[in-house]
Amino acid sequence: MMIVALTKERTPMSLILILEQVLNGLQFGVMLFLMAAGLTLVFGVMGLINLAHGALYMVGAFAAAAVAGWTGSFVLALMASLAAAAAAGALVEVTVIRRLYDRDHLDQVLATFALILIFSEGTRWLFGSFPLFLDVPSYLSGPVMLPGGIQYPLYRLAIIVIGLVVGAGLFWLIARTRIGVQIRAGEADREMIAALGVDISKLYTLVFALGAALAGLAGALVGAIQSVQVGMGEPVLILAFVVIVIGGIGSIKGALVGALLVGLTDTLGGVFLPRLFALLMEPASAASLGASLASMLIYILMAAVLLVRPSGLFGGSA
Amino acid sequence: MGREKLFNAAVLLVMLAVPLLAWQMDEPFIITLATKVAILALAGVGLNIALGLGGLVSLGHAAFFGIGGYAMGILASHAQNYEPLFAWPFLFEGSNQMPLIWLVAVLASAAAALVIGALSLRTSGVYFIMITLAFGQMLYYFAISWSAYGGEDGLSIWVRNEMPGVNTLDPIQFFAVAFVLLSLTLWFAARLAKSGFGLALSAARQSEERVETVGLAPFKLRLMAFVISGAITGLAGALFADLNRFVSPTMLSWHTSGEIMIFVILGGVGRLYGPVVGAAVYILLEHLLGGISEYWQIFLGLLLLGMVLFARGGLIGALLGREVAHD
Repeated sequence: MMIVALTKERTPMSLILILEQVLNGLQFGVMLFLMAAGLTLVFGVMGLINLAHGALYMVGAFAAAAVAGWTGSFVLALMASLAAAAAAGALVEVTVIRRLYDRDHLDQVLATFALILIFSEGTRWLFGSFPLFLDVPSYLSGPVMLPGGIQYPLYRLAIIVIGLVVGAGLFWLIARTRIGVQIRAGEADREMIAALGVDISKLYTLVFALGAALAGLAGALVGAIQSVQVGMGEPVLILAFVVIVIGGIGSIKGALVGALLVGLTDTLGGVFLPRLFALLMEPASAASLGASLASMLIYILMAAVLLVRPSGLFGGSA
Repeated sequence: MGREKLFNAAVLLVMLAVPLLAWQMDEPFIITLATKVAILALAGVGLNIALGLGGLVSLGHAAFFGIGGYAMGILASHAQNYEPLFAWPFLFEGSNQMPLIWLVAVLASAAAALVIGALSLRTSGVYFIMITLAFGQMLYYFAISWSAYGGEDGLSIWVRNEMPGVNTLDPIQFFAVAFVLLSLTLWFAARLAKSGFGLALSAARQSEERVETVGLAPFKLRLMAFVISGAITGLAGALFADLNRFVSPTMLSWHTSGEIMIFVILGGVGRLYGPVVGAAVYILLEHLLGGISEYWQIFLGLLLLGMVLFARGGLIGALLGREVAHD
């Protein structure tokens, strides 16, 4: 409903349109995965609910927009988004978040809500209330012809590829590296890995900064399609919550499946529900009813998953 | 307990004295601020039944606040435009009578709380927080796309709704209405906490197994608490919309949920008068800091952060010590 604003024109419903929307849904889902991966890692390893994750998404987007403005380089902008969000994440972890690991969820909710206020108003103070714009670089703009005669924006395709590559890297990191072993061990038993000589507080800072960097990258990538503004992270944060509730908290695989489900449901529902209703009733009320229902669709999906599996598709007992 | 009762009485007295003084000095703006405090405190008292008594960290209470607000907006806008709300089974043209609006607001938000609670309470802990948040957002987006009642722009009414025997256009009389409702609700919440139901609910918060062992169902207790909590917050929403003569999706946004929670926390979780103190301090801060800096929410954020990290009993806890604090 927010990231996908493509193809508003009325084309006849066709296979091409459906494929195009499936790609849009994938692109949305991949971005949600980058957001949700950090959230679910932080919850899985540290047991922390972090409402300020959307603020890190915003930090990444603003850093990218600022660096792109100074240097004109999109690659540098993306790197800045990773670095700035990771640095902000590490700073916040060291100063505030680590005091919250032993607290109950209510304290975590309040403290991270307070962080949102500080980040949002601080950014507004630094950059002003007007949105910034981050341009898609020329080598990624314009449409590309896909097999089957589908014209699709190259940049969106690039987002899908970048997201999938980063996602694959994350799976590799967790499954195959020493740090990944420690992260998985941290999820299973915190005291034990501390007893085995792993510096747990360094590991926590690292995991938090990693999640922040992924959120920052997502913010920068999406910032080039939408505008970069204060509060941009919050709608995405809540969708990321829906994603990990569906996928199961703490599960990276669940985050991926949940993100793609939510991305596809939201995108396809937004486009096709009004058309579906148009077959049954007059156009005006079909459009408004369809749009209303489409905006609720992912939450209905979430409720349905909860009815069948209260701890999500891939969740253990949380 | 004696000290807290004395403190509570003093809080209520100050809440009454400030607007009366302002009335004498002809300062209607201060009366309006006091009315806002009373209404927001009412919303907080509602949340506190779920949060303080039941231990249910709901980040979706804006849903009930907003439903109350829209109950007011929809009924009053039909009445003012002379467009019947429905014609079957009987002709109903909407209403501008507060008692009827309150009734609808309470019933509608209780019904929503029943559905949301029944689904969310299947889970617990962090899932519960996220799911209540998500359902709140669902209604927020629904309100934005619901163009029949203003969509994103919200819905205004020309004149504040009426109440038999009261001139609601007079700020001090409208304050009195809000204050009486707040006092009655505080009395009700105190009775509830001491009742068998309240004790069982508290016990379920402390130890689910023990409550189950004596044959009570924690799910039912919590659902009941969630419904009562939502209904009270819905009533506050109807009053809030009437105060502003305006309702918009903002009332449903998750920032509103966060703010209602801040009222409860600032004052002290589980304290009967916590939300009253919290709402008063919040509005005072908004008014004072907002006058100094456009970015006053930075200070609010820092204050809240400091409070969570270093002063967990809230203001009442800091003033009265922790002897009866929320466990």
